[in-house]
Amino acid sequence: MRTYFKYLKPFLPRMSVGLAIKFAGTIFDLLIPVMLKIIIDDVVPKGDERMIYFYGGIMIVCSVLAVVGNIIANRMASRVASESTRLLRHDLFVKTLYLSCAQTDRFTIPSLESRLTSDTYNVHQFTGMMQRMGVRAPILLVGGLVITMVLDPVLTLVLVATLPFLGASVFYIAKKTVPLYRKQQSATDDMVRTVRENIQGIRVIKALSKTDYERRRFDGVNRALMKREETAGLVVSATNPLMNFFLYVGLTVVIVIGAFRVNAGLSKVGTIISFMSYFTYILNAMLSVTRMFTTYSRCSASMGRIEEVLSAEAELPVLMSPDGEETEAVEGAPHIRFDSVTFSYNGKKDNIKNVSFDLYRGQTLGIIGATGSGKTTLISLLLRFYDPDSGKIEIDGRDIRYVPRNELYEKFGVALQSDFLFADTIRENIRFGRDISDGEIDTATVYAQASEFISEKEGGADFALAIKGANLSGGQKQRLLISRALAGTPEIVILDDSSSALDYKTDANLRAAIAKGFGKTTKIIVAQRISSIMSADLILVMDGGSVIAAGTDDELRSSCDIYREIADSQMGGAILD
Amino acid sequence: MTDAKKTPAETAAKRHKMKMFFRIFGYMFEHKVLVTVAVIIMLSSNAFALAGPYLSGKAIKAIEPGIGKVDFGTVLFYCALMALFYALSSALSYLLSVTMIHLSRSIVARMRQQVFDKLMRLPVGFFDKNQTGDIISRMSYDIDTINASISTDLLQICSSIITIVVSLVMMILISPLLVLVFVVTIPMSVLFTRYKSKKIQPLFRKRSAKLGELNGYTEEILSGHRTIKAYHREETMIDRFDGRNDESIDAYYNADYQGAMIGPTVNFINNLSLSLISMFGGVLYIGGMIHLDAISTFILYSRRFSGPINEMANIISELQSAASAAERVFRLLDTEEEPADAPDAMVLVSPRGEVTAENVRFSYTRDREILHGISFEAKAGKTIAIVGPTGSGKTTVINLLMRFYDQDSGKICIDGFDTLGITRESLCRAYTMVLQDTWLFGGTIAENIAYGKEGATREEIVNAAKAAMIDDYIEGLPDGYDTVLTEDGINLSKGQKQLLTIARAMLPDCSVLILDEATSNVDSRTEIRIQSAMAKLMEGKTSIVIAHRLSTVRDADMILVVRDGSIIERGTHDELLAVRGFYASLYNSQFS
Repeated sequence: MRTYFKYLKPFLPRMSVGLAIKFAGTIFDLLIPVMLKIIIDDVVPKGDERMIYFYGGIMIVCSVLAVVGNIIANRMASRVASESTRLLRHDLFVKTLYLSCAQTDRFTIPSLESRLTSDTYNVHQFTGMMQRMGVRAPILLVGGLVITMVLDPVLTLVLVATLPFLGASVFYIAKKTVPLYRKQQSATDDMVRTVRENIQGIRVIKALSKTDYERRRFDGVNRALMKREETAGLVVSATNPLMNFFLYVGLTVVIVIGAFRVNAGLSKVGTIISFMSYFTYILNAMLSVTRMFTTYSRCSASMGRIEEVLSAEAELPVLMSPDGEETEAVEGAPHIRFDSVTFSYNGKKDNIKNVSFDLYRGQTLGIIGATGSGKTTLISLLLRFYDPDSGKIEIDGRDIRYVPRNELYEKFGVALQSDFLFADTIRENIRFGRDISDGEIDTATVYAQASEFISEKEGGADFALAIKGANLSGGQKQRLLISRALAGTPEIVILDDSSSALDYKTDANLRAAIAKGFGKTTKIIVAQRISSIMSADLILVMDGGSVIAAGTDDELRSSCDIYREIADSQMGGAILD
Repeated sequence: MTDAKKTPAETAAKRHKMKMFFRIFGYMFEHKVLVTVAVIIMLSSNAFALAGPYLSGKAIKAIEPGIGKVDFGTVLFYCALMALFYALSSALSYLLSVTMIHLSRSIVARMRQQVFDKLMRLPVGFFDKNQTGDIISRMSYDIDTINASISTDLLQICSSIITIVVSLVMMILISPLLVLVFVVTIPMSVLFTRYKSKKIQPLFRKRSAKLGELNGYTEEILSGHRTIKAYHREETMIDRFDGRNDESIDAYYNADYQGAMIGPTVNFINNLSLSLISMFGGVLYIGGMIHLDAISTFILYSRRFSGPINEMANIISELQSAASAAERVFRLLDTEEEPADAPDAMVLVSPRGEVTAENVRFSYTRDREILHGISFEAKAGKTIAIVGPTGSGKTTVINLLMRFYDQDSGKICIDGFDTLGITRESLCRAYTMVLQDTWLFGGTIAENIAYGKEGATREEIVNAAKAAMIDDYIEGLPDGYDTVLTEDGINLSKGQKQLLTIARAMLPDCSVLILDEATSNVDSRTEIRIQSAMAKLMEGKTSIVIAHRLSTVRDADMILVVRDGSIIERGTHDELLAVRGFYASLYNSQFS
């Protein structure tokens, strides 16, 4: 919760003003029964009509002041709650986006998503409520206690004696519920994950007639969530009955002790009666306080989940050289160099083993190899999604761990396997928030062989894509992703198996266009098709995380059996025909 | 606006709203017994609590004689009784909470299940139009909001009504004249709450919708986080997120801003009636029309009376937000489903697998036709390949075969039966497929492979994996086949995912196999190594294959060349090469 107060701090002045107004409003509220008592006990028996109107008028004035004060204060409270939540959610989103890939994998996306929405929502609600009730309830409580204290201190002490019991049980319940709410929240995560998975796999599920199975699976998750909700609910709802019980037992004891005191002439019956009417105030105030506690435990559970993300240590920091100077590009160094790079996702089995190569500016690197041989992992390392366990990767002679991120990523244009298109226009999907002119975008689409189909779409580049680009075919999506990679003529273009859905003709045209228009750009192409990489300056053949052969097409055909095998399997057929 | 001037639209909106409340309460009536029990517990708990003041009155009466004359026996007796009654009342109120929690949880679980079942029955196209995050927001936040209202509001309303009625009767008995004060203040309350609720309802609706949008956006962005990193576009995405965040916060604030008025204002109206009562009562006293103790009892009751009215204000704003949430949930529940199977739909039993399409036309949106009259015939056990440039409509053909969509005109038959007249379930059972989009779920690898066949043995699973050439990889994992795939199986390469889905397709017994770019991400050496397995998979089945790698389609019995939604060439590989048409040029381009 420390983070929580950090977010409230900037609003402290505004909150104090709001709370002060609330305080005033509540005092006016409290004055009304006092006026009432005066009218009935003192004024009316005297039969002075003018005074009745006078005090009645004061009551109305008090009511007006109370309503105005309370509304203003409530609105200020909403303001503070909204502003602080806005900041909190913003910061959480920023942090989430800058989490390393490994961290994102650990948190899982559905969980991050619900932390950003439901959890911040819980915090929002609590912040508002705390301010609305946080002042009113204590004032009523303290006010009630003070008045009863004046009436009869001994009897008040009896009532006060119940407070430790109350406090202990509220505290105990609140403490117990925080972990319960956390468990409930994580059960919600499970539910969300299941729904999400089902939506993503809806085609497969329908095709395999698994809807009944999925329904049962959801039923399990749903029941688990329900159970968690029930457990948390059962504990929380014990608060009010317990509270009532303690207070009323206290009241009963008050009457008994009152009886003794009256008998001894220390107190009067009338005192006991008014004592009982103020008791209602105290009770209501206590109930409000406990309600705040239960909301608090929910908020605290959510805040804990938020803090977990916010306090996650930034992984893969940009390193500083020992002398504090920024590293500089080395003249004549290869554009990209892998120097004995080894990496493992889980720390057990190496996914990349001792990979080294040099690539000069303007050259093309082709990577080919079996499924799971580490091609994509290699790209992930170059993009610094992960850091190598040993060895280093250099661009222009600088270890990429020392290159500031904006500088590093400016160099790349990337089309990854897991494509990401969002519901916006074609143009915006290509621009992707970068500072790239419409003209450059159009040029990129020409190179990517996308301009033709784009011009056939309604509105051309202003054609709006459906969610995840669902209104495009697989090949069209890939060409948009390639356009994105080529737009703005980056230093390094990476195409990770990003033309697999293109027919050979389009693919060949694409290659020719890139070769012609991107002579100065260093290109890295991961592919299954030999034709896609055959003309590369350097081809790496990967197997089980190692580079088993490297060279040009000619060299590899004569030296590498596996390469020849791949080449024959894809090209040989035509020769036989 | 007066009632006389109500437009038909408004009356319709009102009727709609009533209908929605009935629908929400409909869920409660399914638990009639539980609801009745809850009401009974509530009444008895209230009764015990209400007995308290009566008993304390008796006790105090016994104290009244004063110094040295207090009747301790009576005092202690009534106090013990009081303690007992309050204990009972507390126990009952806890019991009530338990009942209500159970009730509301059952309702919520049922609603979630209903929504989920609905999702399973919606056409595939629905998910292309609705953000996943928004759907999720309906299942979590919106349903929770409805629940919060169900679990408290009904009981609140019941107990409020009882209190209001009892106090009103008592007040009328004491002084009908003083009750006249309420003739002024009650209409004020009513008018105010009606005016406010009209104003607030759309605000709450917006608040729900905006939260859903925020969820949708978050989902979209987080799924693309790697691409965002690669382009270092975090700042841009944050800017956009801020926009949505602002909208959602503002919507919350606006609803809250208006809502913040309700409580204090109702409180004000109560205070006003209190002031009026004391003035009016004072005047009546001077006129000799009322006794002093009657005024104070009247005031006590009027306090009891205004308590629940105060609560009503809270309930109304809770109902408002529940209504907006319910609207979103019900709208989803009312979305048009996939057309149900015709009543006379037949169940396809062990089909031979002869697939024919006759002049099939189809468009996703009315204005643009995607398929312009496609016809073909796939004899049982034969292999048909569909090739053509991307975007020419190949995947659409598959969508129609599986009935993810229904054609606009023309006919698709299996074994000569129109697919529209076959139950969906039995139709789908006839097919097995490996799609371009590999989909794995968060279970173990074994579960993922066994997905297509319930009760598959471990041996069958391992054999399938071996045939798909993924067994070695799986055995190399620390937990082997019991490795749990997390989050889309993020560290599996796309090719490995594809091999897993191929293994999955090996298990079920079907007569038609659909391969839509099934091996596009598998390297060609592995592809050759799994060829025998693929051949075994295709053995005895009608196979419909979409592929770019023309080497994979060469052996097909019939190749259909699709371009811009029409079949422009058809024949065997050799026949088509001989024609030197579009196919030949496609084929030759892979060697260029």
